[in-house]
Amino acid sequence: MRDRRSRIFYVLSIVFGLYVLFLYGPIITITILSFQGPNGGLTFPMNGVSLHWFSNLWAGIGVPNVVGALENSLKLGLVVTVLTVVISVMAGLAFRRKFRGRNALFYTAIASLTLPSIVVSLGIALEFQLANQSISAAGDSLVDQFGSSDNHSPVATVLGGIGAAIQDNFQTLMGLFTSGLGAHLTWTLPFGLLILFAVFNRFNRSYEEASRDLGASAWQAFRHVVLPIIAPSLLGVALFGFTLSWDEIARSSQAVGAVNTLPLTLQGLTTTVTTPVIYALGTVTTGISLAVIVCILGCVFFVQARRRRHGSDAGRGLV
Amino acid sequence: MLDNYALAFNKCAGFPDLCTTFRTYLSTLKFCAIVWTVTLVLGFTIAYYLNFEIRSTTTRIVLALICTIPFWTSNVIRMISWIPLLGRNGLINQILLNLGVIHQPLEWLLYSDFSVTLALVHINTVFMIVPILNSMSRIDRSLVEAAYDAGATGWQTLWNVIIPLSKAGITIGSIFVITIVMGDFVTTGVMGGQQIASAGKVIETEIGALQFPIAAAQAIILLAIVLMIIWTLIRFVDIRKEL
Repeated sequence: MRDRRSRIFYVLSIVFGLYVLFLYGPIITITILSFQGPNGGLTFPMNGVSLHWFSNLWAGIGVPNVVGALENSLKLGLVVTVLTVVISVMAGLAFRRKFRGRNALFYTAIASLTLPSIVVSLGIALEFQLANQSISAAGDSLVDQFGSSDNHSPVATVLGGIGAAIQDNFQTLMGLFTSGLGAHLTWTLPFGLLILFAVFNRFNRSYEEASRDLGASAWQAFRHVVLPIIAPSLLGVALFGFTLSWDEIARSSQAVGAVNTLPLTLQGLTTTVTTPVIYALGTVTTGISLAVIVCILGCVFFVQARRRRHGSDAGRGLV
Repeated sequence: MLDNYALAFNKCAGFPDLCTTFRTYLSTLKFCAIVWTVTLVLGFTIAYYLNFEIRSTTTRIVLALICTIPFWTSNVIRMISWIPLLGRNGLINQILLNLGVIHQPLEWLLYSDFSVTLALVHINTVFMIVPILNSMSRIDRSLVEAAYDAGATGWQTLWNVIIPLSKAGITIGSIFVITIVMGDFVTTGVMGGQQIASAGKVIETEIGALQFPIAAAQAIILLAIVLMIIWTLIRFVDIRKEL
């Protein structure tokens, strides 16, 4: 089988090599440039080597709160990851049965991937504005009806009080963990769903049936049989959940409300910042992404290696 | 009731001068066509290389991971990363100047149609590679062998066996790339120096100006165009079978 490599192999290897260079070249460049000396500029040559721009970044770079944006992104990313994994698993389990509207639901979920992000973002923003308006209007009408009237029944007083409280305190429903979370889920959930559909399509049900035959309850069968089998795929879903949310920009752009996530802040910085500090920020962001990827891929390989060691000895004979 | 749509196509009656909206959509479609072609050829080539030319499974997994890891890192950072390479004093201009190929820095490298296209290809090729690789990995090798045995040349095998069997992956990849490029405003914004118009950018600008009704009308127009393209593509493939 090990015949000589054809000429095409070498040509394609070169193409592949160039593609990898194209893929990684830029990011390697800015990683190098982020260690630029204090007097260095945005391009080569390097003017000494230092951590100047990283300490500059840490001190806050004069733009509103990069560190805050980083925290926002981390928090949101974690919540999105957990929700994506939980909802995808539940949906995957549900889709193993036949139910009415199954196909419609499937295509609706997948359609979210194919909608232009700006359209989704605008839709969510408008939805929340309508909700805001109706809440404010409800507050106003409560105050109008009960606020200053001579009707002093307890109910009227309470309703008037609620109206006044809405008028005084209510600003917007939009925020990181309402509209922002929703926007991110429209992007991460379809990926999670697709992965789990693929997993359950290949899932061998006889393991589950065997556990039922041995007297496991539905929950036990899920907890001790199904969950361990799909665990590596769940790590994959988590990887998609976190990294897609961590870098998400188009869908968040109109929908996060007053606060900013890291990519949005970064996008703003591209037009205002003219020092290598932006490269330092890029290096840090990419570093965090890579750390998450390596962690999760490491976990996947660990789980699979462990499975091979502790797995079934069926078919190995009596040795 | 259709006022917002009328406004979206403001002053579109006066041919032969195309109105702004039509020009914007034409330019977006142009980017879309170029990026789609390049990512398709590049993505198909790489998927072919990984699936048919790499023999060991471990190597294949590692190489495929190398291709997909950047997908999980920040797009904005990956766009910014082009600045030190393409800028007026960037690496490419420096090298070309030193080699004496050019005598003045090239201006069209950054903040131009070229840089937008480059960044879009850079970011979106992975969306072609993964689905095509997925389809190709299911091609029965004996079919390829049979084609050779029956006397087909390499190109004939590619054209008559491999491409038809990868059709589903090609379609799914195309749907991804086309939707992303049609709705894009971030890449066009950052790499175009906020100077190049695209359908998504127009919507973003209108939202920025609090022109929500017109923005919504534009969004529906964009959505209709994208859905028409997807509708056409999806007739070639049943997505459920691909999972």
